[in-house]
Amino acid sequence: MDIGLIENILFAMVRTGTPLLLVALGAMMSERSGVLNLGQEGMILVGAACGFIAAYAGGSLGLGVLAAVAAGIFVSLIFAFIALTLISNQVATGLALTIFGTGLSAFLGAAYVGQTVTGFAPIAIPFLSDIPLIGQALFAQDLLVYLSFILFAAVFVVMRYTRLGLIIRAVGENPEVAHALGYKVMVVRYCAVMFGGAMAGLAGAYLSLAYTPMWSEGIAAGRGWIALALVVFASWRTERILFGAWLFGFASILHLLLQGYGYEISPNLLAMLPYVITIIVLVMMMYRQKNQGLFAPRSLGQPYHPLK
Amino acid sequence: MSEKKAMRLELLSLTKAYPGCIANDAVSLQVAPGEIHALLGENGAGKSTLMKMIYGVVKPDSGQMTWNDREVNITGPAHARQLGMGMVFQHFSLFETLTVTENIALYLTPAEYGTLDLLRARILAVGDEYGLAINPDRLVHSLSVGEQQRVEIIRCLLQDIQLLILDEPTAVLTPPEVAQLIEVLKKLAHKGCSILFISHKLHEVNALCDKATILRGGKVTGTCIPRETSPGEMARLMLGDELELQDTMPAGNAGECLLALDKIEVKPRDAFAIHLQDIELQLHAGEILGLAGVAGNGQDELVDLINGELGSDSGSLIFHGKDIGNTSVQERRNMGLGVVPADRIGRGALGNMSLTENNLLTSYINQTGKFGWLNWPAIKARAAEIISTYKVKATGAEASAKSLSGGNLQKFIIGREILQNPNVLVCFHPTWGVDVGAANLIHQELIKLRDKGAAILVISEDLDELYLLADRLGALCGGRLSPLAPKSAVPLAQLGQWMTGNFGTLSTGISTDTAAAEVAHAH
Repeated sequence: MDIGLIENILFAMVRTGTPLLLVALGAMMSERSGVLNLGQEGMILVGAACGFIAAYAGGSLGLGVLAAVAAGIFVSLIFAFIALTLISNQVATGLALTIFGTGLSAFLGAAYVGQTVTGFAPIAIPFLSDIPLIGQALFAQDLLVYLSFILFAAVFVVMRYTRLGLIIRAVGENPEVAHALGYKVMVVRYCAVMFGGAMAGLAGAYLSLAYTPMWSEGIAAGRGWIALALVVFASWRTERILFGAWLFGFASILHLLLQGYGYEISPNLLAMLPYVITIIVLVMMMYRQKNQGLFAPRSLGQPYHPLK
Repeated sequence: MSEKKAMRLELLSLTKAYPGCIANDAVSLQVAPGEIHALLGENGAGKSTLMKMIYGVVKPDSGQMTWNDREVNITGPAHARQLGMGMVFQHFSLFETLTVTENIALYLTPAEYGTLDLLRARILAVGDEYGLAINPDRLVHSLSVGEQQRVEIIRCLLQDIQLLILDEPTAVLTPPEVAQLIEVLKKLAHKGCSILFISHKLHEVNALCDKATILRGGKVTGTCIPRETSPGEMARLMLGDELELQDTMPAGNAGECLLALDKIEVKPRDAFAIHLQDIELQLHAGEILGLAGVAGNGQDELVDLINGELGSDSGSLIFHGKDIGNTSVQERRNMGLGVVPADRIGRGALGNMSLTENNLLTSYINQTGKFGWLNWPAIKARAAEIISTYKVKATGAEASAKSLSGGNLQKFIIGREILQNPNVLVCFHPTWGVDVGAANLIHQELIKLRDKGAAILVISEDLDELYLLADRLGALCGGRLSPLAPKSAVPLAQLGQWMTGNFGTLSTGISTDTAAAEVAHAH
């Protein structure tokens, strides 16, 4: 393999990993606050559909991204209202949200199937993009990929170094105590869920406006579920989420590559590769740290009844 | 009597009703600056609700509250804290996966502590000033219960505090820790901080408090000056007239050895488990063996070992002369080895299941009828029998376990085990958080079971309970067992020493320094 091929692989790895990274960061934030939202897939789809429609009709990619984020937040608010305010079962509500989102996006996008827009184009950053090996992958991407880097850094800093991160962790660990200390559990959880919705919407926009700038039904293709699994295997740690997302991206490219090289393996089996590799690697990482606890937020998925 | 004196806190006719019960019915109370005021009452008397109303966690339905002679309407805990109140909860309000410093930071506003490094220094300084040593960088779940309480107290002391509320602070402490806590509280009161002290333990209230208010069934039944009132009189105000409290229990009559642990060693399975070493004990028919010890010194591992959840790495476990080291939990239950675990919900009972179903969970008496079919009428009748025999207050056999108060659920669980006539019964914290009346009933039932020839192992942190029940006493510290001796040969001071790992002259060559260090968690 020559350098150019490796550069291409790394470039594609980051591109493929980006939507997973975005969704997983949002899901992690929401789970850290104690809310398990299984509706990620639905939120991505609605975000992708609304983003595409807005960009197509409005003629502006920026408008599309805003619409996708707004749609993601809106759908996550439906979840938050049912699961947090009405205290329903979070798992069932999340599953329902995915089904709802799948249907809604298909309905909204029905007239746009097969249409295309001019998607986000890569912007090479001078000098940095000339760095051998990683230059192309990190500094010759489109705006949304750069945005994902910024969001990753922001989430990392917030969770590790700020009081806000401490409060989110506290609410997810023990909401009753957090309430007794005077923190607004509901506000924190609503905000965390909405952040998750915004991130899923953004991931949707990335899919329909940058990755494959077109609308097709079910464009999320299970990425919401992979992202949810990623959060668990990454033990709710921001840096591992980045690693896992890019690993998945790498394995996705690898299977295309292997097919390209003409290996006599069924493409269906090869298509499993990213899932299998990502899960095996992350499980191995989890196994190594089993003696230190898995860092699952303690109140994850449990309903919280505010005292009156 | 003190119309003109300024009052730190005054409650006037506070009322709070929940569906089905009035938790507080027109409760009035006055606390002067620098006064240590006790709030006495059984579980369910409404003490905790009252505390939560003062601290703003729940809102009263009606009534008035004045703070430093000004009427206030507390909107929430943050507001209460701003006024200068601090509270140490009964079930500690700490986040276990965060460090001591992070926990305290969450309690304060950033303006109050600046940076985490500054806060860390202040924690150490306040710890020095009051003799509350703590390592600010440790994760809370790795601290002993006493240390966790220290964290709670320190974080109250870091603010400008005028009223400290403590909900049963001594329930989980060793005698030296209790003495230390009392010193801290006296120091605080001396500086003008008022203290509201909730307790079951009358002699502590006698020793510490200036005034006491007694609650029963949500109402104030009296106030008194503890130094001038006998414990018996206070108990009568707490319990009403109908209950006779026993100070002593008849002694047991030890017979053959039913359960023997022979040089048992259990290596820790994870980072937080305790290494059990050289555990040797014999449990005889017709006796109660009491084991004291601060939580987290191997009690959980010992109970799990006897119950069959944890295997030993060496040594043997002998039941009726037979090695049962390799038998399952179920097999042990079938042989008549019962265990009452410490946590009622989760281990002792399943919260969402009814009492009828819970009755079935540990039953080693065949209630199932033929071929594995459940005989529901018989199972229900049995649950009803437990409820009536042990005076469990529940809406019926179909009530869910979590709808019961802690004391009532504990009565049900102990009743369930006792009704199966176990040969050996292990009780882990049999009356933790249980009110005086229910504890009394549980104690009497355990004595009755012992007199029928069962061997009972009581593991508890409540030393009064151990001295009341046990025929022989010992203590666990750092995974090792102290010598076991008849109650009369173990004065409180001796037991206290054993609990800190100083196994005295009877010691089998264990270095007391290392064991004591494990307790003290010196940093």
